[in-house]
Amino acid sequence: MATAEIVKEIPVEKARWMYETMVKIRYYEECMVQAYAEGKTPIFNIGAGTVPGEMHLAAGQEPAAVGMMAHLTENDTVTAPHRPHHHAIAKGVNLKRMTAEIFGRQSGLGKGKGGHMHLFDPKVKFACSGIIASGLPPAAGAALAAKMQGKNWVAVAFVGEGGANAGAFHETLNLAALWKLPLIVVVEDNHYGISVPKEASTAVPFNDIRGVAYGMPGFRVKDNDPLEMYRVSAKAVARARQGEGPSLIEIETYRYLGHFQGDPEVYRPKDEEAQLRKKDPIPRMRNWLLEQGLASEEEIAGMEARAHQEVDEAYAYARESAYPQPEEALADLFEPA
Amino acid sequence: MATTAKSRMLTGSKAMVEAIDQEMERDPRVFVMGEDVGKYGGIFGSTTGLFEKYGPTRILDTPISETAFIGAAIGAAMEGMRPIVELMFVDFFGVCMDQIYNQMAKIHYMSGGHVKVPLVLMTAVGGGYNDAAQHSQTLYATFAHLPGMKVVAPTFPDDLKGMMIAAIREDNPVILMFHKGLQGLGWMDQLDASIGEVPQEPYTVPLGRSRIVREGNDVTIVGIQMMTVHAMKAAEQLKEAGIDAEVIDLRSLVPLDRETILRSVAKTHRLLVVDEDYQSYGMSAEIAATVAEAGLYDLEAPIRRLAIPDVPIPYSDPLENFVLPNAEKIAEAAKALVNM
Repeated sequence: MATAEIVKEIPVEKARWMYETMVKIRYYEECMVQAYAEGKTPIFNIGAGTVPGEMHLAAGQEPAAVGMMAHLTENDTVTAPHRPHHHAIAKGVNLKRMTAEIFGRQSGLGKGKGGHMHLFDPKVKFACSGIIASGLPPAAGAALAAKMQGKNWVAVAFVGEGGANAGAFHETLNLAALWKLPLIVVVEDNHYGISVPKEASTAVPFNDIRGVAYGMPGFRVKDNDPLEMYRVSAKAVARARQGEGPSLIEIETYRYLGHFQGDPEVYRPKDEEAQLRKKDPIPRMRNWLLEQGLASEEEIAGMEARAHQEVDEAYAYARESAYPQPEEALADLFEPA
Repeated sequence: MATTAKSRMLTGSKAMVEAIDQEMERDPRVFVMGEDVGKYGGIFGSTTGLFEKYGPTRILDTPISETAFIGAAIGAAMEGMRPIVELMFVDFFGVCMDQIYNQMAKIHYMSGGHVKVPLVLMTAVGGGYNDAAQHSQTLYATFAHLPGMKVVAPTFPDDLKGMMIAAIREDNPVILMFHKGLQGLGWMDQLDASIGEVPQEPYTVPLGRSRIVREGNDVTIVGIQMMTVHAMKAAEQLKEAGIDAEVIDLRSLVPLDRETILRSVAKTHRLLVVDEDYQSYGMSAEIAATVAEAGLYDLEAPIRRLAIPDVPIPYSDPLENFVLPNAEKIAEAAKALVNM
């Protein structure tokens, strides 16, 4: 990965990768809507069905993940919040084992102990956590470790705009700036912290301006634009790799679905989702690829088919996988001596 | 521990510093961070001299941001470093417990054992010096209750060194509590127990094994840290009254060495548990339950407990002395138990 130059133009393979990955994420989440509903109709019971528990889906938020992850390698660390599928997929987390984990199976990333908010794939240095903003401090620690080990690796922490009001967010920005850590914090502004809109929770209109308080640059990406996210992320990642310290990015993104599946969504206008979907970044990116001559219709169809196939295979793997033995609940508390 | 080793008399804090120093020399992945651990050398002397030797890249003074820097230690540990992070007073846990418990303690389990978090969180505990409700607690049980982290509380200088080295080499998160009154600090009461013979070369004391510090036949007294010290003093008073007490220094809360307690009770048939922590739902109850479950028929008298009577720790001398167990209270309770 280039460390010096701020990339002005998106290489064709990166653009294609971003599109294909966004399609993969969207299709993954759509499949999860279906899988999650199995066994929960006609009466919704959160603990019932093929995939029990809470389910926070990221359909609409793909640009934040792909625009950043296009610049990262397996050596770079990513921590994600409770809505982590788009980050995990873009980071290259093993999709079969991730899906098996969400299905509570023994072959899952955490052998069925973690579930959808607690996915860990150390091979690609991905972790997530269900506690708001709690992934920021460990990401700063990963950045510190990279610095101590003399590597040019970076760490990226994703957080929602609601999480930007948590103490962990502010403590971490200060620490990362103080120690010039190679950390990038990406605030995904999907406008709602569960039900509370940003203007009712946040004293400033945009979180990128909070970078000033910690002496770090803040970047803003409007309109859920994957290409702009790519450009801004290039700058932040280059800064981090060159030892210039942390950056803060806020991207205005769209949450098509509820906070969780089963959310009555009484707090937002009925047609909001439909309005947001009119600006959907996936067809926008598709048209852009065609207009720029970066991919033909035939090539795009091939990318879409490949993305769908990978997702279908992951779900099939999860469904075919066995549940853990009940007494395995007692294993893995401690690393054996 | 090799008995032929060269030993010196060291205070608790010097023994701990020596442990950290020797491990930092051995392993470049080991580093320390916390508030005032640099030039100051740690408020309780846990890093004295290390900044001068290793400099600011391995001894990191932090801002007052426990969530950020304890969380950073977790992240660094996940990347293969071996951080030692200091929470200045255990009482400050409230501002950073999410990182300690929801992250540090759960990641190994939630990842199905695929992610290791090898870090030592060292923290100062204990009262008895009028520091009042927010700076005097031990909170042993608060941490020991939560699965996923080892919780150790060495009492004497030789164990402080050996258990610190074992904690640093451990692949799991370890909370290592040191007792402010047992570090041999010049600005506290000078206690004989805070100075002891400590071998010079590195050695480990296994985490999770208690130590019988006085053998006896009439009553078992279980304590940890300052309560062990008080129990030993009480045992001398009991000896004059013709009572032969066995004193167990737990050293570790997680794992808990239940076998040694059960073996001792099978011999003495009486149990007194002394705890410098709140009484209800605590360590004393855990040990009482252990004996009730697995050693009930060895008992010739009901189990007795001495602990802080479920109030915050008060400031004023007579009030603090009233709530903290001491040698006299222990001796009195043991006598009552034996004469029952």
